[in-house]
Amino acid sequence: MNIHAIKAIYFFEMARTFRTLLQSIISPVISTALYFIVFGSAIGSRMVAIEGVSYGAFIVPGLIMLTVLMQSVTNASFGIYFPKFIGTIYEPLSAPVSYFEIVVGYVGAAATKSFVIGLIILATSFLFVPVQIAHPFWMLGFLLLTCLSFSLLGFIIGIWARNFEQLNLVPSLIITPLVFLGGSFYSISMLPPFWQTATLFNPIVYLVSGFRWSFFDTADVAVSYSLAAIFVFSVLCVSVISWIFKTGYRLKN
Amino acid sequence: MDPIISVTALDKTYRSGQRALKGVSLEIRSGEILALLGPNGAGKTTLISMICGLTSPSSGQITVGGYDIVTDYRAARSLIGLVPQEVALEPFEKVLNTVKFSRGLFGHPPDAAYVEQILRQLSLWDKRNTPIKELSGGMKRRVLIAKALSHQPKILFLDEPTAGVDVELRKDMWDVVGKLKASGVTIVLTTHYIEEAEAIADRVGVIADGDILLVEDKDKLMAQMGIKELYIELQKPIKAIPPALASYDLWLAEDGGRLTYVYDTKAERTGITGLLTDLSAAGLALRDLQTSQSSLEDIFVDLVKD
Repeated sequence: MNIHAIKAIYFFEMARTFRTLLQSIISPVISTALYFIVFGSAIGSRMVAIEGVSYGAFIVPGLIMLTVLMQSVTNASFGIYFPKFIGTIYEPLSAPVSYFEIVVGYVGAAATKSFVIGLIILATSFLFVPVQIAHPFWMLGFLLLTCLSFSLLGFIIGIWARNFEQLNLVPSLIITPLVFLGGSFYSISMLPPFWQTATLFNPIVYLVSGFRWSFFDTADVAVSYSLAAIFVFSVLCVSVISWIFKTGYRLKN
Repeated sequence: MDPIISVTALDKTYRSGQRALKGVSLEIRSGEILALLGPNGAGKTTLISMICGLTSPSSGQITVGGYDIVTDYRAARSLIGLVPQEVALEPFEKVLNTVKFSRGLFGHPPDAAYVEQILRQLSLWDKRNTPIKELSGGMKRRVLIAKALSHQPKILFLDEPTAGVDVELRKDMWDVVGKLKASGVTIVLTTHYIEEAEAIADRVGVIADGDILLVEDKDKLMAQMGIKELYIELQKPIKAIPPALASYDLWLAEDGGRLTYVYDTKAERTGITGLLTDLSAAGLALRDLQTSQSSLEDIFVDLVKD
């Protein structure tokens, strides 16, 4: 195992984060804080409680998920797309590094970044709405697994993308709608029956539901389903990545 | 001596259908400087990319230091430093950090003293905390070399190292190459500049159209193919070569004012003395004499032309 290589990639990527602190950490935190003010404090105070939880607090897990999912995908996809775009990818590809080590370095850095952003947003939410955390251990676990699995997805997108347009395509056209329709701002029991069923095909529902359960001990779907969903999704991403490296898809001629 | 790199029957057909290499075999000796010459699109970069693991071969085998580049890729790649043709660097990163990154990537623990030594050697030490985007083109090239040397490779690939590089950097670069060779590093470079190959290479390989036309010791190559020409300027133009001189390999310039005599420097008798005697016997008065030796460039152009 080439530990020095993993460290080199990881810290090189983290250095990028610190170079662009404003854009990479402060900006997502501010935009989420705006959601807290508008939906949580302002509108939330006029809304009825959902399953015994005030609306302002109810949307906290969903909002954290919204940001963390977007950040994981964009960080990881940019992290691997940029070296491809400027040509520096030649170095990891010609170094004595296994594919596993490359993925650990890039995906690890992207996941770390979104995990930290998630925690900062959580801390910020305490300023605006009363939040309780029923299962802190599970809360951190769900957050971490989500960061990892969606950073894996981002890594795939970064390798697949041929230009910046494609790079932004998946986050804006797929992830955003799925998160908004995934129960971030409502409980799926509030939907008409047909949409309740349709929603169950949205993988994000399971993430948000499990994450919300760790806060309020109430869930739209069973927690075991949520865990299984993350697990299946991660396995899927890992298989795609190992196929990418095996075939050299969009990496090698 | 065992070759440090051995390429056997290497074939590459790109997805576009273009066949970039046609069953190339090549052995690179430990400690030598091998210059690969060839026109654009000959397959030089494809060959290097495959040895370094950037391009997958369609068929054939490559070993580096005895290690197969596919099954033993870690051992094989640890020996190699690559300076790519295109300047590809993370623009916002600082010089020192990007060199440290390369060293880590190749599995080496940090070594501040060694990294400093490389940066000083390449006149980059003063710029170590400068973001790469603020460097000139020549400086960026130095950074690429520093990165390639960061893990003390046994083999250094320089792909078109001096394309668009000023005289000073070229000189620095050959200084570094000289020192590396002295320390036992094998150097493989591709170039368009034939003078360069002529000046520093031990052996020269010529690639054209995906084939290696020859690999030969440079001196041997130049001696073997070293043809000399003697130009004889005449006082008065003549209409045809006099019959008395028919036995010599002569040809007459169009204006009739100059004779060119082609001879082989290696031959036992060059025939120059006899020719000069016969010239005056034929009543031709000489104005001037001049000789020229074919350079590697002539040899190269001849080879690639066929």
